[in-house]
Amino acid sequence: MSTWPFVAIAAALATILVARKARDPLPRVLLPLATAVIFVCAWHISCELMAYDLHLADGTVRHIELFPTPWETLVEMRQPILDGTLARYAVASIYRIAVGFGIAVFIGVPLGLWAGWFLRGAQAINPLIQALRPISPIAWIPLAVLWFGVKDASAIFLVTLASFFPIVTGSMTAVRTIPTVYVRSAQNFGLEGFELFRRVIFPASLPAIITSLRFALGIAWMVIVAAEMIAVDSGLGYMIMDSRNANNYERVVGSMVVIGLLGVCLDWTVRRLEHFDIVRWGYPGATRETEVERTRAEIDRYRAKISGTVMGGG
Amino acid sequence: MIVGVAGTKVAIHGVDKSFRQRKGELVVLKNIDLTVRTGEFICILGPSGCGKSTLLNIVGGFDTATSGTVEIDGEPVLGPDPRRIFVFQEYGIFPWATVTDNVALGLRKKSEAEQARIVEHYIELVGLKGFEGSYPSELSGGMKQRVAVARALAVSPDIIFMDEPLGALDSITRLQMRAELLRIWQQEKPTILFVTHDVDEALQLADRVVVMTPRPGRIAEIVPVGMAHPRDFGSVEYGKAKNRLFELLGVSHAV
Repeated sequence: MSTWPFVAIAAALATILVARKARDPLPRVLLPLATAVIFVCAWHISCELMAYDLHLADGTVRHIELFPTPWETLVEMRQPILDGTLARYAVASIYRIAVGFGIAVFIGVPLGLWAGWFLRGAQAINPLIQALRPISPIAWIPLAVLWFGVKDASAIFLVTLASFFPIVTGSMTAVRTIPTVYVRSAQNFGLEGFELFRRVIFPASLPAIITSLRFALGIAWMVIVAAEMIAVDSGLGYMIMDSRNANNYERVVGSMVVIGLLGVCLDWTVRRLEHFDIVRWGYPGATRETEVERTRAEIDRYRAKISGTVMGGG
Repeated sequence: MIVGVAGTKVAIHGVDKSFRQRKGELVVLKNIDLTVRTGEFICILGPSGCGKSTLLNIVGGFDTATSGTVEIDGEPVLGPDPRRIFVFQEYGIFPWATVTDNVALGLRKKSEAEQARIVEHYIELVGLKGFEGSYPSELSGGMKQRVAVARALAVSPDIIFMDEPLGALDSITRLQMRAELLRIWQQEKPTILFVTHDVDEALQLADRVVVMTPRPGRIAEIVPVGMAHPRDFGSVEYGKAKNRLFELLGVSHAV
């Protein structure tokens, strides 16, 4: 058993202990990095633990690994990275997400806003939407292939389907939960019709809509991988299936890692939207310290001050 | 001095309000009669649950009476109206718009130059100069309420309804805001209906205090406050008036 993962974990833990007390942005960078190091090391250790030697009847011994180590994964990913296959597959997946998700936003947001504002609209479409929503998009794969063939359109259709329902539901709820005081103020100042929508209803529901987009994109990203395993012959999901058929589990795991990293990038992109002035109010302190943490820090400072004066005075 | 003998602005006659509940009816307001003169500052004082906010909502056009009539300038109230602006305890200003855009809300039909002039005037009047481009999330509670007041004043309303507008503020800011409110009221002369559960607040602001009792909400008495502004909180007259209000509310002033 190699010792370096244990050394690395110890170093990472030490980093966490030291960095958590430091001033931002140091902990913000170091803490997630240290966690990632611990994860990769734990991955490596568990690979070694689960490996065993198989004694065959002819007297030979085979070393069996149930899971590729991080290093083996990286080595095996070299070729698809260098020959451009990985990039091509990643682009294919992202293209399908962009088109499918775009269609879902284009139809879903206006529909949700409309149904949220008009009670009759919600009454008309909500039961149907709530009934269709729990059907896993994966369940649509056979129909998608039947209708669109093993082509981009299949995957795009599945992505649209996966993101459409959370977007409609999210937009509808966003409008329905606008605080009464905003609507009353607007009506008091004589706003009505489209102006009421443009100046109050839409901006008031925008933060919640963006949250629903984030949520929907997460689902879409999960669905595209599943869809590509069956419904098309390119993309990261296809890469997993293809590698499995070639018995190349290093590449299966490598594709998974790439999917995870790209998922983070996609989420980060949507979260950029939360920083615009007109929606920032809707996310109070999501990443900032909480009230409890602030109070605790204040108490710490106060204690330090007291002990300082006592020592200084004594 | 502003009150004078000016005409009737708001006439409330025999207003009842009840809500249907699972078990019978809940009577919130019972036989409310009140006449408010133009330019008068009226405080509606009562404990929580006495229906004072409901009454204000009915007069403001956001709710309807079960029976009785509410007339403003001799016309029945049919709904909210830009001539009569409501200031809410939760401010009701838009967090997605800057101070300037918030104050300009009711000025959409005016020319841009006119809008800019009015907005500048009222932002200065409420003491928010320098914060024109700020968003509400960057302001303190007191400043947000100033934005709400400026937004209301900008449309030169006949009446301003205020539903515990200072309730969310700390006691020092509240005192400052009362003084500001009085200054603005004396300058702009709107009719103000102000709901509060704070006896001192009512006594410091109002020409007349409408004292309400709870369940069902009735008017116990309408107490005129004869003192001129600025009022001396330590005076004998103030103390007497305060005792009277506490008596009407059914609580001892010496807790």
